[in-house]
Amino acid sequence: MEMTRRQFLKISGAVAATLAVIELGFDEKGAQAKSKEFKIAELKPTPTICPYCAVGCGILVYSKGDDVVYTEGDPDHPINEGSLCSKGTTVRQVYTSEKRITKPLYRAPGADKWEEVDWDFALDKVAKNIKETRDRTFIHKENGLTVNRTDSIAYLGGAALDNEECHLLQKLFRAGLGLTFIEHQARI
Amino acid sequence: MTNHWNDLKHADVLMIIGANPAENHPISFRWILKALEKGGKLISVDPRFTRTSQMANVYGQLRSGTDIPFIGGMINYILENELYHKEYVAAYTNAAYIIEDTYSFEDGMFSGYDKDKRSYDKTKWAFKKDEEGKTLQDPTLKDPNCVFQLMKKHFSRYDIDTVIGVTGTAKETYLDICKTYASTGEVGKAGTILYAMGGTQHTVGTQNIRSYAILQLLLGNIGIQGGGVNALRGESNVQGSTDFGLLYDNVPGYMQVPTTAETDFTYQGFLDRITPKEGYWVNKPKFYTSMLKSFYGDNATKGNDFGYDYLPKLSAGRNYSFMRLFDAMYRKELEGLLLFGSNPAVGGPNAGKEIESLSNLKWMVAVDLFETETSSFWQKEAGADPASIQTEVIFLPASSSFEKEGSVTNSGRWMQYRWQAIKPKGESKADLEIVHMLARKLKDMYKNSSNPADMPMKAMTWDYGESDHPDIDLVCREINGYDMKTKQQVKIFGDLKDDGSTCSGNWIYCGFYPENENLAKRRDSTDEGMSNFLNWSFAWPANRRILYNRASADLNGKAWSKDRVGIEWNALEGKWKGHDVPDFVVTKGPDDPTFIDPFIMMAGGKGAIFASINEGPLPEHYEPYENPMKNSFSSVQLNPAVQFGEEEMNAQGDVSKYPIVATTYRLSEHWQSGAMTRSQEWLAELVPHMFVEISEELASEKGIKNKDKIVVSSARGEIEAYAMVTKRFKPYKLKEKTVHHIGMPWHFGYKGIVTGGSANRLTPHIGDANSTIPEYKAFLCDVRRAK
Repeated sequence: MEMTRRQFLKISGAVAATLAVIELGFDEKGAQAKSKEFKIAELKPTPTICPYCAVGCGILVYSKGDDVVYTEGDPDHPINEGSLCSKGTTVRQVYTSEKRITKPLYRAPGADKWEEVDWDFALDKVAKNIKETRDRTFIHKENGLTVNRTDSIAYLGGAALDNEECHLLQKLFRAGLGLTFIEHQARI
Repeated sequence: MTNHWNDLKHADVLMIIGANPAENHPISFRWILKALEKGGKLISVDPRFTRTSQMANVYGQLRSGTDIPFIGGMINYILENELYHKEYVAAYTNAAYIIEDTYSFEDGMFSGYDKDKRSYDKTKWAFKKDEEGKTLQDPTLKDPNCVFQLMKKHFSRYDIDTVIGVTGTAKETYLDICKTYASTGEVGKAGTILYAMGGTQHTVGTQNIRSYAILQLLLGNIGIQGGGVNALRGESNVQGSTDFGLLYDNVPGYMQVPTTAETDFTYQGFLDRITPKEGYWVNKPKFYTSMLKSFYGDNATKGNDFGYDYLPKLSAGRNYSFMRLFDAMYRKELEGLLLFGSNPAVGGPNAGKEIESLSNLKWMVAVDLFETETSSFWQKEAGADPASIQTEVIFLPASSSFEKEGSVTNSGRWMQYRWQAIKPKGESKADLEIVHMLARKLKDMYKNSSNPADMPMKAMTWDYGESDHPDIDLVCREINGYDMKTKQQVKIFGDLKDDGSTCSGNWIYCGFYPENENLAKRRDSTDEGMSNFLNWSFAWPANRRILYNRASADLNGKAWSKDRVGIEWNALEGKWKGHDVPDFVVTKGPDDPTFIDPFIMMAGGKGAIFASINEGPLPEHYEPYENPMKNSFSSVQLNPAVQFGEEEMNAQGDVSKYPIVATTYRLSEHWQSGAMTRSQEWLAELVPHMFVEISEELASEKGIKNKDKIVVSSARGEIEAYAMVTKRFKPYKLKEKTVHHIGMPWHFGYKGIVTGGSANRLTPHIGDANSTIPEYKAFLCDVRRAK
């Protein structure tokens, strides 16, 4: 979902924030005028929130094409006002790290290594496994009471995900599939 | 947090206990330092002298697992010296409530205990009611059976000498802390308590936090700017993921999951069980029905109880929490495990046993940025024999936070939007897209079924667009909620209905997307007063920045402090005004008898000094599962309401074999199980090795030098690490003996650029009696030089 500068200015609201945003190169005319002086003006800054602790510091991600060129603390953010800790400062490497897994992987029972697979294969496997286990272990009624649950599939995780993702995960796994073992990092 | 990060600057005294924000929430420290610049005082209470302690005016050394004696002694000091906020305590807390005569407390046990079930009959501690059902009260607080007197009696046993014999704190330091923190009981002063997992990860974790809350209520520190009980959340959206019901016993918005108990046979019976008769929760049926509408849309009708029976019902009385999940896996009852950004092989308690359990799975799905110790548990480098492990594993590559868009909720409950900066790396996909594609696939697989068991999947709505990429705006609109007929967004949760005419995925967030603006995207950083930044993002509930802010004003509605006005009653205009969104009906004036009931979620509206949770209505000290001494306060050693799981999962160590107290913690440069940070070059280089901090005294006893390789062992296993000989740990002088205390980070594992022993191979598989959070923070071990 790309956001134009105009949309960004609209959402940024009040004047004080807008001024600061213009200084960072959101103003198209300003950006043009300064583009010869500052390489940064050629980059697209996008505001994000740090993925680590829950202080919720603002970070600006400067990208160009398929590259995150650099990141810095968001000076407009009321909590961090531009400063960041060691993890927030190095957030670019979450993207650039060579350790990132960029293709779905599959490990067959008993195998000693991963094999790269395509998304269709991987998602089909996941869906079939879920359906097979769920349908076989599903308890529709217990002592006459409708209970609609399976106690044989577990879900873990969520503290690093977005709210919208948590909403859909909870909806699919509890309200749809009937899982009871739904847990995440808050418990531990 | 009841309050939020910027608000920390308003405190006169900050007590940080069981947390180390200087290292684990580094940027928050800017606001703590601003409080100190204005003359505020900082108290740090921790087993280890941390970088937070270094910045503190007073540092109190505390043996892991002894928060209740530490805080209990402070409560006793405050009560004995009458330093509490008298008006606040009498009017805003349940101190005046009378308790039934069946309540008693003797030798560590409250009345009503069932030894076989390890649980209490809480009706024995009920509030005494008159014939009309109203709670009896004594506003003078003198009745021997009123909460105030019972509390006073209970904590009178926490005298200073007994306390420090248990906690190991130096007496003068302890008195200094009591005096400094008690000073915030003066009218107009503000004290805040900051805690994190050092407070919660104990068999008495919930009561630890209750003890902080009682202290804050006594000093009148809740609801005010610069006050509060503030949990420092450790993950960018652990607040949000909790709000959204990713826990076995919660649906979104802190409401219950139905069970097979008789009360829950019908929707009405279930609602009757979970809906209190008083307090704001009387609206729960509106929130629940609106949530069911967000799950099942038009398939949730009045005729089918809004799809109530589609929801899974938990087996009544069964605990499905994290450790019990692994117990079930150990017993081969689980076939499949789905992990969305989760690495229990490093982060789970007794990790060695948990890893062993993973091979009992038929299949595992791991959605992550990096290969984790959990997703690769079957590999040779994990010490496994791949040929003997029959688990099928599918790894789905996820994209990182700035390769997608969506919101996260910080510790101060601010729901902040993250825009997409760049397209996902390689073939990775946003978790939103993954769950969307998976749900569509599954719905398709069930679409022709006529099996009644498949009706929940068929009834569940999934209207987020027809492509593989979901329309996140539609997800946001559903979370907020809308009128089912007009599709107009609901403005605020007060407008939700129980007749099926509205939907809302999560009532506490209702209001973040009124009309056509997603308020999580707001970026106006203008401070319009008291640093509450009301136009920056959105804070749940209702954009309120300080919870219970009615209590920031006195009985007449006037702010306790001129310098810290949260909200005030404006008699001329007949409404509450100020720098925050009132946590109160805005026009509720002095004529209303509930004008002095600030704690709106509680029946009766009073702050709970006395609150019935599993091990009792008042916090009482019990030693950790593994401990170095006899309990000084009673003959009861372990929290009597703690439940045990699978025996094989939980070996217990004895002090004779494992004489050293140990705890775990985090570092600035790494995060959680290290999956993200140990896979990056710079952070890996900054902290490349697993280490254990041991005192100079212990090092000399054991012949260990700085940087020596040592072995740390517990009843569950052992790990190798480098010794960091430090002055940050000191031996503890307890009542009968001196004990050593060590500590270590828990970020390491065998994957990533830098690797090291996992501290959780040592930690016990037992947890709190209410939340079942594992007791990571206090256990016994031994250390020796590696050969």
